Parts: sequence; C-alpha cells; structure tokens
Amino acid sequence: MTATQAARKQSLTSKASNYLDERTSISGAVSFLGRKIFPDHWSFMLGEVALYSFVAILISGTFLTFFFDPSMTHVPYEGSYVPLKGIGMSVAYHSALDISFDIRGGLLMRQVHHWSALLFVASIGLHMLRVFFTGAYRKPREINWVIGFLLFILAMAEGFTGYSLPDDLLSGNGLAIINGMVKGIPLIGTWISYFFFGGLFPGTAIVPRLYILHIMLLPAILIASLGLHMLLLIINKHTQFAGPGRTKGNVVGSPIMPVFAAKAGGFFFLVFGAIMLIASLVTINPIWNYGPYDPSPVSAGTQPDWYIGFADGALRLVPPGWEVELFGYTLTIAILAPMAVMGVFLVLVAFWPFIEAWITGDKREHHMADRPRNNPTRTAIGAAGIIFYAVMWAAASSDLMATHFSLNVFYVIHVLQALLILGPIIGFWLTKRIAIGLQKKDREMVLHGFESGRIVRKPGGEFIEVHQPVDEYERWRLTSFDAYEPTKERPNSAGRITAGTKIRGSLSRWFFEDRITPVTKSELEQSKHDH
Amino acid sequence: MAKRKNRGRRHPLASAALLILGLAAVGGGYTVVSEAADASAPAPAASQLTAEDGQRLYMANCATCHGVEAVGTKNGPTLIGVGAASVNFQVMTGRMPLAFQGPQADQRNPQFTQEQSDAMGEYIQTLGAGPDKPDEEWLDTSATGVDIANGAELFRINCAMCHNVAGAGGALTEGKFAPNLHDIDGAHIYEAMLTGPQNMPVFNDNNISPEEKRDVIAYLHYLDESPSVGGWDLGSLGPVSEGLFIWTLGLGSIVALTVWLTSRPN
Ligand code: HEC
Ligand code: HEC
Repeated sequence: MTATQAARKQSLTSKASNYLDERTSISGAVSFLGRKIFPDHWSFMLGEVALYSFVAILISGTFLTFFFDPSMTHVPYEGSYVPLKGIGMSVAYHSALDISFDIRGGLLMRQVHHWSALLFVASIGLHMLRVFFTGAYRKPREINWVIGFLLFILAMAEGFTGYSLPDDLLSGNGLAIINGMVKGIPLIGTWISYFFFGGLFPGTAIVPRLYILHIMLLPAILIASLGLHMLLLIINKHTQFAGPGRTKGNVVGSPIMPVFAAKAGGFFFLVFGAIMLIASLVTINPIWNYGPYDPSPVSAGTQPDWYIGFADGALRLVPPGWEVELFGYTLTIAILAPMAVMGVFLVLVAFWPFIEAWITGDKREHHMADRPRNNPTRTAIGAAGIIFYAVMWAAASSDLMATHFSLNVFYVIHVLQALLILGPIIGFWLTKRIAIGLQKKDREMVLHGFESGRIVRKPGGEFIEVHQPVDEYERWRLTSFDAYEPTKERPNSAGRITAGTKIRGSLSRWFFEDRITPVTKSELEQSKHDH
Repeated sequence: MAKRKNRGRRHPLASAALLILGLAAVGGGYTVVSEAADASAPAPAASQLTAEDGQRLYMANCATCHGVEAVGTKNGPTLIGVGAASVNFQVMTGRMPLAFQGPQADQRNPQFTQEQSDAMGEYIQTLGAGPDKPDEEWLDTSATGVDIANGAELFRINCAMCHNVAGAGGALTEGKFAPNLHDIDGAHIYEAMLTGPQNMPVFNDNNISPEEKRDVIAYLHYLDESPSVGGWDLGSLGPVSEGLFIWTLGLGSIVALTVWLTSRPN
C-alpha cells in the first residue's frame, strides 16, 4: 500500500466518522466511554457474566419464538418421540416437542436458552453478593442497587413465565402451586386467580398470556432497566479496592478502550462458549419425560427451577395444620406466613442501602470497596441472610435429600426448620467473630510485620523470630478503611430524644460496638520505635 | 504492581480442558456407581425342583420370620395367599430373606437361584392360592399391539407420583422410598404391580389389564434402551440437579475463567 493510498483510506474513515458525528454528536459519548475504567479484580466481572448470559438468552430465545406456538388447541401428537405417539396434547406442548425432536438445532437452542437462564439468575445473585459484601451500594450508588434488585426480580419472573410455557406436567404443576398460593390470599385470592387464569384453573388462557409477558412485556422492562443500570454504572464509575494511587476520585484499572474492550470481547465468547458446552453435553428440562399437562398426576421430584426454589422450600417448612377460622373465612396461615416472611426478606434486601445509611448516619460518598472483614456486622448480616435463603432453598429438595442420603423426609424437614431459625443466628455470630479476628491479624501485621521464619539468637542467648515489616503497598491495603462509631443519640430541635433516634442509636450500637479501628500514623510510628 | 504472587498465565486451552475433564470425570463416576448398584449376580442353573424342595428351603431360610406353614410371626407377615408372584418378586429382586428390620426391605443380590425361588413359590401356592407368576405372553414387549405411548401415559398417571416420571425414584414418608426403575426385569415389574410390595398399591388386572401392564413394561424398557437425547441426564431428577449443576460446575468454571482473565501475566 502506498502512502497516498493509505492517506485516502484514512480520509475515508475520517469522513465517515465525521458524517456520523455531525449527525449524532456521538464522538463525545465514544470518548467518554473509551475513558471509562474497569477495575481488575475478578469479582467485578460477575455482572458481565450476567450480561453475557442475557445476550445468549436473547439470541436463543429469538430462535425459539420462530417455532413455538402458545396455542392451547388440543391435538394428537404426531412427532417423532415414540412414547408420546398419538397422545392428546396442546399445540404449545406439541411445538415444544417439535423444537426438541424435529427441528434442526432446536434441542440445542432450548438447552442453551434454559441453561443460560439458570446461569443468568445465578450470576446476578453472585454479583449482588459481591456488591453487598464490599459495600458498593453506598451513596451515590443506592439507586443502582435498587435497579439491580429489580433486575433480579425481573429475571426470576422471566424464568418463571418461561418455565410454564411448554405446558408439560412439570410446568402445569408449577402453575398449580402458584394457583394455590394466590387462592390462599384472604378475600381477593379467588378473584385474582380467576382473573389470572381467565376462569377456573388451569383453563386455556394462561399459556398464551404468559407467553406475551415472557417475550414482550418483561423483556422490554428488563432491557430498559438494564440500560439504566449500565448508564448509572458509567456515571457513578466502579468502586475499587483500596491500594496505592487509588483514591476516592479515580478508578485504577484498564480503560475500556482498548484493553478492556478486548478482554471483555474475549470474555463474552468465553462465557458463550461455556454455555454452549454445557448445553450440548447436559440435558435440561427433558419435557418429553413429563408428558402433557393433566391436573391429576403429579410426579415425584416436582420442583421449580433453582431461583424459585426458596419459595417452594418456604412452603414445605411450614408445620402442618397452620390454619385459623375467622368470621367464617379460613385463613391459610400455612401459605400466608411464608409469603409474608419472603416478602419481608425481599423488601429488606431491596432497601438495604437506605437502611444501612440510616443506621450509620453516613451521608458521605463512597467509592472504595470495603474488604468484607472491615465491616464485620454487615458481613455477618450478609452471612445470616445467605444461610436463611439457603435453608429455604435446601428445603425445596428435602425429598431428594431424604432418598439420596437414606433419611426420613420428616426428619430432614425438622432439621431444616431448626436451621432456619438457628442457622442465621449462629452464622451471624461466627462470621462476626471471624471478621474481627481477621482485622486483628491485619493490625498485627501492620504494626509488627509478618513472621519471616528466620530465627536469630541474640548475644544474650535469647532466641527471637525476625518479623519483617509489610511493604508500603500492603500497608495501604490493610490500613485504609472507614471505622464507624455508634451514632450519638442527640436531642432534636424540640430538645427531645424521639423513639426513632433511640432505635437508631441502639441499632448503631449493635452494629459498631465491637470494632477494630484502622492503624493510625502515630501508632505506626510508635511501633517502629519498638523494633 | 510490585510483590504479587507469581500467578503465571496458564495455557489458553487449560480451562476448557479442565472443564471437559471435570464433566467427564463426574459423568463417568456417576455411570460407574449407578452400574455397580444395579449389578446382580446371575444364578447358576439347577435341575428341576419340586414343592417339597421348596418347603425345605422355606423352613431353612424363611420360617424364622414367616413361621412354620407360613402363618406369620411378629417378625414377618403371613404368606398364605400371597402367591408365587410375590415370592418371585421378593426373592429374585434380593429383598427376601430380609437382611435386617428397617423402614423398608433392603435390596441385595438375590440369595437363591430362579429354580429355588420357583420351588418356594410353588410351596407357598400349596398353602393358599394367590397370584401366579405372569405368563411369558405378558412379558413379550416386542409382540404386536404393544403400545409404548399408552404405557407411558399409564405410568405417568399411576406410578409417577412415587417413582418420578422418568422412573428415577422418590421419597415417601418415614424413611420409605419408591426405588428407581432402571433395568428391572419385566417379570419383576409385572409382579410389583400385581402384588404391591410394601407401600406400593396393588394394581390388579381390573385396574391395569395384563396388556396394559405389558405396555408399562415396554415403556420402562424403552427408557432403559434409549440414550438420553439431550446429553447427560443428571440422574433425571429434575430442576434440583440442574440447579446444583449450574451453581457448581457451571458457575464454578465461569468464576475460574474470570480469575484467570484478571490475573496478570508475569
Ligand atoms: C428377618 C425376617 C425375614 C426373613 C428371614 C424373611 N422374611 Fe419375608 N418378609 C419379612 C417382613 C418383615 C416382610 C414384610 C415387609 C416387607 O415386605 O418388606 C416380609 C415380606 C415377605 C413377602 C411379601 C408378603 C406380601 O404380603 O406380599 C414375601 C413373599 C416374603 N416375605 C417371602 C420370604 C421368603 C420366601 C423368605 C425366605 C427366602 C423370607 N421372606 C424371609 C421378614 C422376613
Ligand atoms: C404409593 C407409591 C407407589 C406407587 C403409586 C407405585 N409404586 Fe412401585 N414401588 C413403591 C415402593 C415403596 C416400592 C418398594 C417396595 C419394597 O421395597 O418392598 C416400589 C417398588 C416397585 C418396583 C420394584 C423395583 C425394584 O427395584 O425392584 C417396581 C418394578 C415398581 N414399583 C413399579 C411400579 C409401577 C409400574 C407402578 C405403577 C403402575 C408403581 N410401581 C406405582 C411405591 C409405589
């Protein structure tokens, strides 16, 4: 290529970009995006995993819509799966079977769609835990936490509506459980159920309705929220772990262009590849085993997908006979209680940033990610929450635990019931102790260095182990964190201490009573003199 | 950045290879274990035995629990009228003689040959007639008129609530369970329906006709013979095993990828 040719080419691209820029003013956005920095700790990539599995869901889902037909018309099966030949079923189930057996690549796409859906929700969950334990939801990112929470709920809703579409025995049983829960709501339950199913359960309206929700409404809301989530992420920037040169005002890592873009592009294909690998090797939801939906049979091992499991488990954990009669109405506490517990749990999660800010009284902006140990109470609350969720989740598979470990189902349920209450308490206490212990160790390291393993005999005959001071980078990492103190219960303008202030004071004391403060400069100086 | 542990970048294919290896190991391990569990020793053939031989075998091996003349004791129910079908099922699936008292008879390798079991069955029949072993005709799943789809439907309606739609088994109350139904002899499936062992209901010929029983057998054998179309079936346990898989191998391998991507070249 000669120089003139190169120049002409150059001018062509620059012409093109000029053309675009004059009409869209996109260059500002491009350079803004290009300068955005992405931190380089692995846990910061979990959100991306969610994003990429969502892309996989969109692509495979589009393929599925070409062939899936949500109609509830009753037809005999005429596809190629022998054990269903001639069996009457809905067109919806028939077309889902056709996708699995008679459309090239259909089964693979179904499995990609379902596996990536499971991965999507799982990676959102893990991503939320990362954000929680590093305190990355604090001001100014509270709103983005709430949007993220909304995404989590939307993802579950997408999963649930999708699970119900094939109209096989499993999905029908799932709907039957939902129907039961809805009907358990006092006064309006039956009406809601009527409205939802377009008449008596199961009816023929529900699958087409869920389909519209699944492919139009929910994805539209999901994509809009996702866009907002990413926009706020760019505006607020990422948090980062403390380190030399890392301040509240900057983010250290690779700029999006070109290093990170290259990495992210590669990572996209890695995630996609992993999903393809799983989908081509491992069966998911073999709908042909379940047969068409029919309200009478129920299969052993009827469970929802994992992300709905906690709700199923909560229902199973209720002791039998929770029902009261009030003014001639039967209140099914067995359904209302778990719904209330789950509702409270979810509300606590959704509004946690505001709750914590209220307790700590902290109105500052935070851009540094906490190491989990440096906020022991929060970390302990997180651990307790995980245990609470996990016990409900495990309860959904109580029957499988019983058969696979040769245990009595009732026994398994009783143990889980006890764990639901005791687990979070023990987990809280243990985690807090461990976090504080780790903090003490950090302090020890900063002040006295780490054990070098070198034993020296002093002239006086005394043996000592030489302690090596940690280097400056490490010291920075270990000493830069916020130490909160309990808020003071100050009287308000009327000179009174309100009940709210008192509650807040005691919560704050509970939060920060036991604390380890970061090593201060003077302490450090002091320790240098000692050695 | 200074003073980082030397985390060398692995070969680009290492993770993929690891993933495949992991999958293969788990899959292989599972197959070995499930095959080992299903294995049963073939019994050596013996010459024709009679009801008298059956009585002798019975007195030596069963009378302690089921009593002389099979009237029953506190350790075992009476066997009068249970029929040769029940004896064949209990003995040839390795449930009897009972190994130890538990919530449910444990299965071992069969302790008797087919002839010895038949002789005991004949003896029990002489005490009071009950359902006999099925005719060969009802076990021949290649006969004309056998309808696998009908068998599958009957199975979903009558059996799946305990045994799971894919015959993977399920939990019942008080430590009892419905076993998985993979690779079970046609005669034993038939006899299980006919005699209803333990917590399983009896499906007599009015409930499920012999032809229909044959369809059920044909369906269960179809499942045994057809490979899982979607790949590894995770034990056909449904969404729980799928969730477990995505949280362990699935998300695990992806987290491994993120750690690898963010590690620095030295
Ligand atoms: C250790 C005690 C014990 C011994 C030995 C024993 N059984 Fe049993 N058997 C039981 C008990 C208990 C049951 C009922 C529970 C069950 O079915 O698992 C039973 C059930 C049965 C039944 C099913 C009865 C029905 O209602 O259909 C048959 C048939 C049977 N036994 C045959 C035998 C034969 C044949 C032998 C000898 C080879 C034998 N048992 C040895 C304890 C025993
Ligand atoms: C109420 C639950 C229940 C139902 C319904 C049920 N079973 Fe069973 N089934 C059991 C139990 C429990 C056992 C184990 C009995 C034992 O160990 O003595 C069993 C055992 C069996 C066995 C023996 C398996 C082995 O490992 O030897 C077969 C075969 C079988 N069932 C087939 C069927 C078929 C076919 C149907 C439907 C027509 C059916 N069952 C319906 C509970 C059930």
